[in-house]
Amino acid sequence: MSKIIKLKKGFDINLAGKAAHKIADSVHPETFAIKPTDFVGMKRPKLLVNEGDNVKAGTPILFDKMQENVMYCSPVSGEIVEVKRGAKRKILEVKILADKTIEYESFQSYSPSDITGLSREEAQAQMMKSGVWPNIIQRPFGVVANENDSPKAIHISAFDTHPLAADIAFTLQGEEDAFKTGINILKKFTEGKIHLNHNLNAEVSKVFANVEGIEHNKFSGPHPAGNVGVQIHHLDPINKGDIAWTVTPYGVAQIGKLFSQGKYDASRLVAVCGSEVKTPQYYKTYSGGAINKLVEGNVKQDHVRYISGNVLTGEKIEKDGYLSFYANSITVIPEGDHSEFMGWIMPKKDVLSFHRAWGLFSFLNGKDKEYVLDSNTNGEDRAFVQTGTFEKVTPMDIYPTFLLKAILSEDFDNMEALGIYEVIEEDLALCEFVDVSKHDVQHMVREGIELIQNG
Amino acid sequence: MKFLHNLLEKQKPMFEKGGKLEKFYYLFEAGETFMFSPPSTAKNKGVQVRDAIDLKRMMMTVVIAMIPCLIFGIFNTGYQHHVAIGEATTFLSLENFLFGARWVLPIVLVSYAAGGIIEAIFAVVRKHPINEGFLVTGMLIPLIVPATIPLWQVALATVFGVLVGKEIFGGTGMNILNVAMTSRAFLYFAYPSQISGAVWTQLADKTPVDGFTGATALAVAYDTSTAGGNVVSALGDTFSFNNLFMGLVPGSIGETSTLWVLVGALILIATGVGSWKIIVSVFGGAFIMGAIFNAAGINPFMDMPAHYHLVMGGLAFGAVFMATDPVSAAHTETGKWIYGILIGMLSVLIRVVNPAYPEGIMLAVLLMNVFAPLIDFYVIQANKKRRLARATV
Repeated sequence: MSKIIKLKKGFDINLAGKAAHKIADSVHPETFAIKPTDFVGMKRPKLLVNEGDNVKAGTPILFDKMQENVMYCSPVSGEIVEVKRGAKRKILEVKILADKTIEYESFQSYSPSDITGLSREEAQAQMMKSGVWPNIIQRPFGVVANENDSPKAIHISAFDTHPLAADIAFTLQGEEDAFKTGINILKKFTEGKIHLNHNLNAEVSKVFANVEGIEHNKFSGPHPAGNVGVQIHHLDPINKGDIAWTVTPYGVAQIGKLFSQGKYDASRLVAVCGSEVKTPQYYKTYSGGAINKLVEGNVKQDHVRYISGNVLTGEKIEKDGYLSFYANSITVIPEGDHSEFMGWIMPKKDVLSFHRAWGLFSFLNGKDKEYVLDSNTNGEDRAFVQTGTFEKVTPMDIYPTFLLKAILSEDFDNMEALGIYEVIEEDLALCEFVDVSKHDVQHMVREGIELIQNG
Repeated sequence: MKFLHNLLEKQKPMFEKGGKLEKFYYLFEAGETFMFSPPSTAKNKGVQVRDAIDLKRMMMTVVIAMIPCLIFGIFNTGYQHHVAIGEATTFLSLENFLFGARWVLPIVLVSYAAGGIIEAIFAVVRKHPINEGFLVTGMLIPLIVPATIPLWQVALATVFGVLVGKEIFGGTGMNILNVAMTSRAFLYFAYPSQISGAVWTQLADKTPVDGFTGATALAVAYDTSTAGGNVVSALGDTFSFNNLFMGLVPGSIGETSTLWVLVGALILIATGVGSWKIIVSVFGGAFIMGAIFNAAGINPFMDMPAHYHLVMGGLAFGAVFMATDPVSAAHTETGKWIYGILIGMLSVLIRVVNPAYPEGIMLAVLLMNVFAPLIDFYVIQANKKRRLARATV
């Protein structure tokens, strides 16, 4: 049975600089990078290439010693130009100078009828060596899935409610068949259901509409209604001992193309957005692309922050930095390292607040107002004081404050009992945004998850 | 402004690690962030933009909500004085204001100064930031004491409240009891003669007119439970429902006027800083308890119409400004209802049946502060059980 679920709690952060449904002409990054830090939970990355090696798209670059069969592969063909390391020789970036025309490692390709007969083992082997496996994320913990598990369900969110999020249907236009093939492959991995979750208030894109043999659910409500973790909570919650997988629609299509075309196709449409971008629109590039070409001459001023991803869950990168593996947008906002005289009491209307405390008048602006927010923290770290606000932005039967306190006190029993298995960083990112006391909620959530994983 | 900011920035290295005045970093930080919001930016990972709110603004919202009560209290202190000595004038007269300010403002100053010093000492010794919570406590304490209170008692009570009520637990956010109520309770038990009886009107050495008793409505009402008679008629014109609601009666500086307390409540609710659930449920609980007593009707005080309880004494002020303290109240939304209702019921219960304490809200709030974690515990337990119930292993 497909479900319709209407969520009320949450908060939409309406930012200026939404990407127009337009694809920019021929701007191509020259270098690409694989960053082990993009893969949460990767413990001991091992390099398979050296500087100077030539690689094709789909050539394994590195793997995690803890999960030796899953390869992380080059998105493009070209030459390994640099392995950037940090403290203790930790690998930070493996940079690849791309060829003009991309050459692909060739993998086995299948006709639609062959795919039906394909066994899980064969499919799995191809996925693990070709670079598409990291698209599969395991819940609990939000880490790359373990190939030995059989998840109780696979969840795919077909819409993204993050601020300025790329329009998933737009980025997958023309990928109908790839998406269908991907779903058919994923069906081999679970005896349970595959849930594809749509936005109740929008038309279902034709990319997703005609996929059969799966559950089509609809969700409405403010962010985080589009977060797959929230959807899982309402469809088929994760209990202790359960394992579910999540995949992004892009990941599904990429898996599909691996089997229908026999190649690791890391090309993707990326939204370049944010208030400081001159012409916010989409760019066609590959995973891990350098952002400099995309933002060069395209920003309104110099004092900006480049974010790989969105403003809630993204990561600050430099102007010569690279897109993260999972990111489909680059957000550019003003850097907020400025002081304001008596800033803590001045009345403000143009800065967004979930609260209505004295002088914060943004609630008078209406829902359509687009805000220009900078990276200023608007206050300092304090102890937990205000109560009830985290609950208002978390559309789940979870008490975030109590969960966070259990994490802080390393209380394993309470972490489990209060729902640590059901959340990852992005699900509580709004709590971090609205927090009066400016805690690093997402960081705390990850610490809690690591405690549970290792404890 | 730029000049001032640069001047501050120049001093900063002195206070930072390794600087000459390193010990006083948090004092400097408090001063600097008071003048200029800090230029700190979001970390590399995690949210890149933050809500415009901060704790200072939240606390100031509460202070702003108390200002109507403070101003009314200043006028009323003067008004009650002039009524007592038989020179009553219109309420909003300059004489009333000047007389009230003469007695009230020193109490406010002493409260802020005494508490501020403790905060500063702890910030230096314990190396934690100055707690903005004190902005609120410093204003609450003057509003819940009589205008006749000796200033040294204000200082002592504030020090006690901040130290024992808050700092020994680790500061704002860690405390179990409401700080201002702790101070009030300290005064109540340590110096009962200055905070009970006929202390509510500042006479300033003038002789009161004949018939002046200085009693509060609660005391008058309580006397009927032993002396007999009808409470409403015993309260008479002085303590008519209207006067009690408007606050034109003797009492603690800021808590006599239900009207202006409600204005504060509106500010707290509209800004979302105070929990409307707690405010509504305290009033509701008090009314229910009053109604129960009406039904029992054992003595005349019990027969007093239940709605009188809502406007007498400090119940309204306690409901709006004390019970809503987010740190010491229940933290769960369901818990807030239970917490509020019990505060209301206990306040009236203490008022009516306990012979020793004519005012119940103070003890009710403190008692429920202690029980709030227990209420939360059961609400959270229910959540855990729901989660456990669907698990298979």
